[in-house]
Amino acid sequence: MPQAQVTMDVRRVSAKVSVVDVKGELTAFAEGVLMDAYGQASEGGVRGIVMNFEGLEYMNSSGIGLLVTLLIRVNRERQKLLIYGLSDHYQSIFQITRLDDAIAIHDSEEDAVKAASA
Amino acid sequence: MTERTPQPEEQEERSEPRDAAYWARYAETLKVSGVAEGATNINVEGRRAVGPMQGFGKMWQKTYRVRLGGVDVSPASVIQTWKENYKDFWPEGNIFYAPLAGITPGEVALISGSLPGGVKLSTGVMVLYADEESFTLMTPQGHPFSGWITFSSFEEDGATIAQAQVLMRANDPLYEVGLRMGGHKMEDEMWRETLRNLAAHFGSREPVETNLVCVDPKLQWRHYRNVWHNAGIRSALHMVTAPLRWRSARKR
Repeated sequence: MPQAQVTMDVRRVSAKVSVVDVKGELTAFAEGVLMDAYGQASEGGVRGIVMNFEGLEYMNSSGIGLLVTLLIRVNRERQKLLIYGLSDHYQSIFQITRLDDAIAIHDSEEDAVKAASA
Repeated sequence: MTERTPQPEEQEERSEPRDAAYWARYAETLKVSGVAEGATNINVEGRRAVGPMQGFGKMWQKTYRVRLGGVDVSPASVIQTWKENYKDFWPEGNIFYAPLAGITPGEVALISGSLPGGVKLSTGVMVLYADEESFTLMTPQGHPFSGWITFSSFEEDGATIAQAQVLMRANDPLYEVGLRMGGHKMEDEMWRETLRNLAAHFGSREPVETNLVCVDPKLQWRHYRNVWHNAGIRSALHMVTAPLRWRSARKR
């Protein structure tokens, strides 16, 4: 299997919120990296996971599928999943796939963190 | 060293993501570009495409894969063949009316399937995504399930693998009951048969592996009203009322 062409760095921005900075490609091969990042971001009773997609360079339909399974996991843990930094192109993909019905999309990290903390 | 202001074309080129050509463009509702002879477009035109988040039933991730062992074929060739002959790999009893433009992003295909009781199910799919090594179909409102089916090919341990992966929920309570009462088995067999046919096309007879995972056991009761668009019910009504339509057409 090819290697995942993506990095996901986790930042703890408050006691209850972590931000995951996604850089690179979101495809099926990113599953391990995404789930590791989620595990790290959730440590210590975090309630809000904010994903920063400013560095997203490529995404295919398997990448969207990964976000759906992540969302189910987040909901199961009674956490919130929020997103910011989507380009117009990726916002349109969230619309087509109707993922924007289920994941809150924000314009900035500040807005997303505020909503995650509420 | 001097700085040069990028020209508008260069800026546009730079800002266009690499995956842009692979995705369908957003449209509020589906539009069928041409209805092939024998196809019925009663449950697709004007419907919205729906993903696994909009469905009612349990969420399943079903993966079917076959190893094309001993066959020298690249993943890109497998996907090209699959796109070009998609309808031929389906088991008998189901008809896929391929879009005129083929499996390309944004195209809508009509489907005729069979339901218990001899009812013909008229539905369809939209091509959500298509690149050289994968393509994804998305279902419309009223389809038995709400979700995506991704067909892909890749190399693993020196062999080419062909895979179909479904991420789905039953679209409404009636379909959920139907899936539990044998519908899942029928669907699993349909995709296994499809992969067997694809593998046979390349001269491979290896078994199809199946992996079924219940991603979310919860029912989404807020979507119970999806039953309004149920393509099975609407197809049955369309069939029952056919004599009335013939009579009114003859009068005209």
